Amino acid sequence: MSMKASTRQVDGVTIVDLSGRITLGEGSVVLRDTVKDLLGKGQKKILLNLGDVSYIDSSGIGELVSAFTSVRNQGGELKLLHLTKKVHDLLQITKLYTVFDVKDDEAGAITAFGK
Amino acid sequence: MESTLESVNQAEAMAEQFSSRAGFEEDTRGGISMAVREAMINAVLHGNGYDPAKSVKLTFEQNGRELIITITDQGKGLDPDEVPDPLAPENLMKQSGRGIFLMRAFMDEVRIRKVDPGTEITLIKRLQNNDLDPQEAST
Repeated sequence: MSMKASTRQVDGVTIVDLSGRITLGEGSVVLRDTVKDLLGKGQKKILLNLGDVSYIDSSGIGELVSAFTSVRNQGGELKLLHLTKKVHDLLQITKLYTVFDVKDDEAGAITAFGK
Repeated sequence: MESTLESVNQAEAMAEQFSSRAGFEEDTRGGISMAVREAMINAVLHGNGYDPAKSVKLTFEQNGRELIITITDQGKGLDPDEVPDPLAPENLMKQSGRGIFLMRAFMDEVRIRKVDPGTEITLIKRLQNNDLDPQEAST
């Protein structure tokens, strides 16, 4: 299953709804291009909704790290929403869970972005 | 197998089939498939560099309650001692370098050795009490 990304705006925050697999190849490229496109348009408050992401490999983890760093370097914020158990466990064992700001509730996540 | 992304996906699907037939429970099968995927990415991308002239050899073997998977590429050879620790603070935010760590996280044993030419990675997973008996799983 390939990855799909769609974006929506809520209170100045861009929510990216991702579904499928973030893996080496297409999945990683879709994520990279989406974040690059948003930053290019000046949208720097980004909430990645991973609720429908069934699988991430090391390349996908790398892409999440890269997205986080790119957004932060441009003075923005990137948060993660609705991790599946698999993705949660993967971020735990790679010690990235505490690096990312992970949220379970969309409304709460939006409020948590700096105004 | 060819040095392509398609081979990586095929190998992952094969790992799921073999580990299911071997009797591993669902979570463990996911881990085995991921370890195989990571070893294949290593072979296809970092070893063979997507070179169509180079191939990857993949074997699955069940030995009693052990599933043994071997992935061999034809690249310049990987020295596991030179692979940085992805959990070290200075490496935590690096984009790559987590493949071997993930293999070790999900398998009972990971052996990496240089061959001529290339690298051979052996992944071993042992059935636990909550897994099925191999004979029961294959029927």
